[in-house]
Amino acid sequence: MSLRERYPAEIEAILARYPAGEKRSAVMPLIFMAQREQGFVAGEAIDEIAQLLDISSTQVASIVGYYTLFYANAGGMHRIQICTDLPCALRGADEFAEQVCENMGVKMGETTADGHFTVEAVMCLAACDKAPMFQVQSRNGLRYYERQSADDVNELVKELCASRDGRGETVSE
Amino acid sequence: MSEFLLLRHRNQGEEDIADLDAYIRLGGFQAFKKVVTEMSSKQVIDLVKNSGLRGRGGAGFPTGMKWSFLADRFPRYVVANSDESEPGTFKDREILERNPFQFLEGLMICAYAAQANVAYNYCRGEFWMLAQELHGKVAQLHERGLLGEGIFGSDFALQIHHHLGAGAYICGEESALLESIEGKLGQPRMKPPFPADRGLYQQPTVVNNTETLANVPLIIERGADWYRSIGVAKSCGPKIMCLSGHAKNPGNYEVPLGITFRELIFGLAGGIRADRGLKAILPSGASAPILPATDAVLDTPLTYEDVPRVGSQLGSASIILLDETVDVSWAALKTTRFFKHESCGKCTPCREGTYWMDRLLERINNGRGDPADANLLGEVAKQISGKCLCPLGDFSVSAVVSGLELFRDDFVQHVRSGNQTAEKLTG
Amino acid sequence: MADFVKLKIDGQSVSVPEGTLIVDAAKRAGNDIPVFCYHPKMEPVGMCRMCLVEVGTPLRDRESAELQMDEHGDPQIQWMPKLQTACTVPVSAGMRVRTATENVTLARKDVVEFLLTSHPLDCPVCDKGGECPLQNLTMQHGTGKSRYLFDEKMQLQKRVPLGDLIFLDRERCIQCARCTRFQDELVGESVIGFDQRGRALQIVTFSDPGFDSHFSGNTTDICPVGALTTADFRFGARPWEMQHTPSICPHCAVGCNTHLNTRRSSLAGEHVIKRIMPRQNEKVNEIWLCDKGRFGHHFVGSPERLTVPLLRKDGHMIEKSWEHVLPLVAARLAAAGGAVAGLAGERLSNEDLFTFHTLVDGLGGGTMQWPGRMGGGDVVQHVGVAVGTDLAHLGADTVILVVASDLAEEAPLWWFKVRQAATKAGATSDKSRATLIVANARETKLDPFATHTVRYRYGDEVRTVLALTHSILGGDAGLAASVAEQYSTRVSEAARAIAAADNMIIIYGSEGLDFSGSSALAQACANLLISCGNLGSLGNGLLPVWPSNNTQGAWDVGVKPAGISVSEFTAAAEVVLLAGADPVGDGDALPDDAFVVVSELFSTESVRRADVVLPAQAYAERDGSFTSGDRRVQRFYPALPPRGQTLPDWKIFTRLTALLGLGAAAAGAGAVMQQIAAAIPHYTGITYERLAAVEQQWPDVGGRDSYYGGTAFENSAGLGVQTPTLAETGHFLQLGDVQSPPVESGDLLAVPVTLLYDRGSTLVRSEILHPRLPDPYVELNVADAQVANVASGDRVALCINGRTWELTARVSFRPPQGAALLPRGLGGPPLPRITPASLRKMAL
Repeated sequence: MSLRERYPAEIEAILARYPAGEKRSAVMPLIFMAQREQGFVAGEAIDEIAQLLDISSTQVASIVGYYTLFYANAGGMHRIQICTDLPCALRGADEFAEQVCENMGVKMGETTADGHFTVEAVMCLAACDKAPMFQVQSRNGLRYYERQSADDVNELVKELCASRDGRGETVSE
Repeated sequence: MSEFLLLRHRNQGEEDIADLDAYIRLGGFQAFKKVVTEMSSKQVIDLVKNSGLRGRGGAGFPTGMKWSFLADRFPRYVVANSDESEPGTFKDREILERNPFQFLEGLMICAYAAQANVAYNYCRGEFWMLAQELHGKVAQLHERGLLGEGIFGSDFALQIHHHLGAGAYICGEESALLESIEGKLGQPRMKPPFPADRGLYQQPTVVNNTETLANVPLIIERGADWYRSIGVAKSCGPKIMCLSGHAKNPGNYEVPLGITFRELIFGLAGGIRADRGLKAILPSGASAPILPATDAVLDTPLTYEDVPRVGSQLGSASIILLDETVDVSWAALKTTRFFKHESCGKCTPCREGTYWMDRLLERINNGRGDPADANLLGEVAKQISGKCLCPLGDFSVSAVVSGLELFRDDFVQHVRSGNQTAEKLTG
Repeated sequence: MADFVKLKIDGQSVSVPEGTLIVDAAKRAGNDIPVFCYHPKMEPVGMCRMCLVEVGTPLRDRESAELQMDEHGDPQIQWMPKLQTACTVPVSAGMRVRTATENVTLARKDVVEFLLTSHPLDCPVCDKGGECPLQNLTMQHGTGKSRYLFDEKMQLQKRVPLGDLIFLDRERCIQCARCTRFQDELVGESVIGFDQRGRALQIVTFSDPGFDSHFSGNTTDICPVGALTTADFRFGARPWEMQHTPSICPHCAVGCNTHLNTRRSSLAGEHVIKRIMPRQNEKVNEIWLCDKGRFGHHFVGSPERLTVPLLRKDGHMIEKSWEHVLPLVAARLAAAGGAVAGLAGERLSNEDLFTFHTLVDGLGGGTMQWPGRMGGGDVVQHVGVAVGTDLAHLGADTVILVVASDLAEEAPLWWFKVRQAATKAGATSDKSRATLIVANARETKLDPFATHTVRYRYGDEVRTVLALTHSILGGDAGLAASVAEQYSTRVSEAARAIAAADNMIIIYGSEGLDFSGSSALAQACANLLISCGNLGSLGNGLLPVWPSNNTQGAWDVGVKPAGISVSEFTAAAEVVLLAGADPVGDGDALPDDAFVVVSELFSTESVRRADVVLPAQAYAERDGSFTSGDRRVQRFYPALPPRGQTLPDWKIFTRLTALLGLGAAAAGAGAVMQQIAAAIPHYTGITYERLAAVEQQWPDVGGRDSYYGGTAFENSAGLGVQTPTLAETGHFLQLGDVQSPPVESGDLLAVPVTLLYDRGSTLVRSEILHPRLPDPYVELNVADAQVANVASGDRVALCINGRTWELTARVSFRPPQGAALLPRGLGGPPLPRITPASLRKMAL
């Protein structure tokens, strides 16, 4: 099903945020929307967004490629993104990240064999006073987990695997 | 300063001022009402000018003066820069979480002053859940008639929309932010023209930081003289200082501008973790030169004009503390990696230079460095500065140049020593 | 008129128009500031940082704004603390610029060093070597050694096809964005873009097919490194090995100026065209080519070329010498007693056509232009676009009306220029937009930037123009009103725009129209121009979108369409002379008993019918001239030695003329032009010398500098000469009679349309374009397709005039309801005009 068929009202609402002749502004919110189902945006979704906004597919793909939170390829169902930037690293984030990787049996940047989790290192998430911390990016959204230990992560992983389809909460814009 | 004006202004007790009823009950939106019903836009601008409020995003540019630069064309736009992405910065987030309506009220007053009917709040994409909540709060304001058509029976209409970023620090630079809202790559524009002339959709636009806007209702309520009485002459008003790194008690500290590093770090915040010695301070996240923890530095007031005298910038006051165990070349690698990741790629020196510095620092930290690498690093940094299209390029060399200057031994000690501080660097 | 600004660059006083960028001001003064990302045809972006210079402005008192003087009485200069990019700063009065200081020299060295940290050491195997700005500027400004570790160089894909015409080497790219900006700004087709950011910035394409633009080849010219190369030329030759011969594109009526780059083939040793490059002619094609012109040259070197005269004997074709066949042909012509029918192709040169016409006419026979499906040449002679008009520079006081033409497919560089005028894109145009009115039955690539769109039904082309005229001038409603009623709002809006404008250019085509229909359209357009007084001055007149590159020349020298079918035209002929014409291939029968002589490049159907076959030279092998749709006579020069025993057409015909005692054989193509100038009034004064005259063009990208495009566009061979129209020579013009074509009706109308890429003989041998050549298809409107239960890809039977054709269907919103679009030249049904048709889906 196309985005138009699935979220017609939401698309209208998004377009209404911007002036009439500036549909292109809606490209970022629409990419977030398209990313909901599979965690990445490619092919038909890119073409559809391009058509909706009267821009080219290349222009849409360019935006997907530029921003860190947009993905052109599939990853795990949940992306565990650990901040290892300077302030967090000063409070043990590097060691935390290493431990998490070890516990989950992957190298940094890799996805678990069952396809459920990708572990990534990311830049500052504005939670420097609550290090070590990470965010989890899933189909339907993004959540912060702060003041975490490696054991906390193990618990979370179990929780996420157990919940409905392993998908976590459903939140829409 | 006996009260917290930004983080908990209307709530010195236990009320949740993120709740609209509570906020209004405690006097919220009276400033906005006064502005809309009693003041002209020029009067608002003059008041903010006289208050001495300076931009809190890092540049410290006088806010009222920025508003007065708007070109005489319409429509106009105001944009709140909630793209908080500087390492060590988390003040705007707390304002948005705990005192969102004071920020929104400030944005609304700014829109009135700018005679803009549409305002955008650009939130970094990672504030996804926060943005949802803010979206709901804006809806509530519509329900109460504080947004929409004919506010307070005047002919002023205003809409606020949220635009979510998607993970690009450079979108915190105001022209890149506008490009991002326009749906293009978030890369900085050539200046001139400036946003006040050609901003969002080439219309006159004001872009202000979250914290800056949160100050505005205070100024309307209590006046310019009152505002000036906080802090010091050229740097007045309250400021949220973000303390992170090896601070014993990291977090946001709301203080009047003008207190010293020592007063903040050791007075209010309890000093260094595990009571270790303080080696160095990065006063403005990854973007300003590193300061050594000398007495001269520690007794420097935290103001826009005093910090430069000891060789750095106050900037966003994202104060990262490095204790005596820290290898500054490792810290420099972290900041350089940040800028390499965030470089938009438009201009040659930043795009190639941050990549090169990253390679050099990686080599140095992995013990594979050449003796000349520390020198080369310094030269590459010098080669980048002064040539880039936007400030990010210059920011990227700050920690490197100052680190080499003040803590050179940290860089040269690794050379061929097999010392592997950075072997576990992840990403 | 722009004011002039005085400044000093390295102490040298310079005076340039207000708004000039420092980098351009310096160039005018002979000071070449090095650039990579800057290109004078596009908006500056200040990205590469190579053009950093020291800039200072006169110091003024803050309060009074008075200049502060020094002890010598000169203004004090306030130097900007940081170096500035010369490409983004416009000059200002009293500005000082320093380009040769130590700071600037070091800055350039630094930027080059930065670029080379990522750039691979590919020069020995890179196509760009020898014409590469990066090489040149590194030699001039770089440091001798690199301090970067080779092993740490970024490794990226090196052979990425962007579609099938362009290859990208990601390691070589220096992220100057010239290519993406060209596509975004100047073409308006954003089919390439950047992916990722920082050091990982790379070019990608997401269009289908990849890099889907008719102008993609231009990006390889302006790319300052060897990142973008063409599949056609990849590993073809070194620039310094090739000879560069000026020529004119042989494909469409724009007449783009080219350079043929030739060299010996490495395989068999014969000279071949290695690539075609643009030659700078600002009024025609600026510095651009479309991909058809750039890549459609393989027919010249094709092994299928006819190279020996052939004579039919006992059903076989025997090779003979010219000395044998020409007298034979002459004898036959003499014996025909005037019953000679000559058909000359529109792609032949002026010299070919003139000598052809002289010969046949001198025999008492008749010539016709072939295929000759578009009328209006006489009208163009009266009211053609004024000499000196540059489509791209039309401004807010001008209306451009495009009728019945899919300009992007039929004359790409005119589409490109009209787009510029209507959107004011690019750096060399002023900031006021021309008003574009598009009148067509269907959506075309003009619509996105049209101010007004008038959508008529096929068959109503002429009536629409009449309706416009009536709407502007008032007067008798009648016929026009019935049309106007249907889309009256659009017509009156457009009419208002025309009335408000000072100038008007009408570009008319022949979509859906045959000879009489397009003649009527031309007359109706001419009447509109005459009635509104839009004649005889710059920015006014009629521009025909001829189907071929020298249709204008054919009209000029007297080879005009017959207005009747080929069969009718040749019915009474004893000898049929064909030059560059293939009527048999089009399904037109020649009389069984006629003696057929064909001069051709390839063995066509007509060649197979012929009694005598004469092998002709391709344009690249000889001298000659073509006349473009805006009546610019332009010379082309021989770039290759003649193939086999081929002769230029003009030589064949003057030899025959001589053999028949009707005149002397011309000594050369230039001599033929002299004859043309003497015989054709509006060609008076045209000589080969005049055609070769050049003048300094701006922007100066063809010069000896090291960085504009790398590939020199220098035009030292001629800008061409436009012939004057009657309107410009003070003739009084009367309104002509307009016969509206009859209305075709039917449930489904088949409409012949033009595609840029087709299977015509001059293009089909460019295999590189084959992936973009569709099989014959018919395009249906979504609604019509639904009724017939047809989906895209289905095979359908299309019945036209009692004959059935099997085609693949394409379904889209492009055709209007009731119209089935049939692209010409793909091998489908040849149609002269819109024709009722019926369609059914074929069973599997």
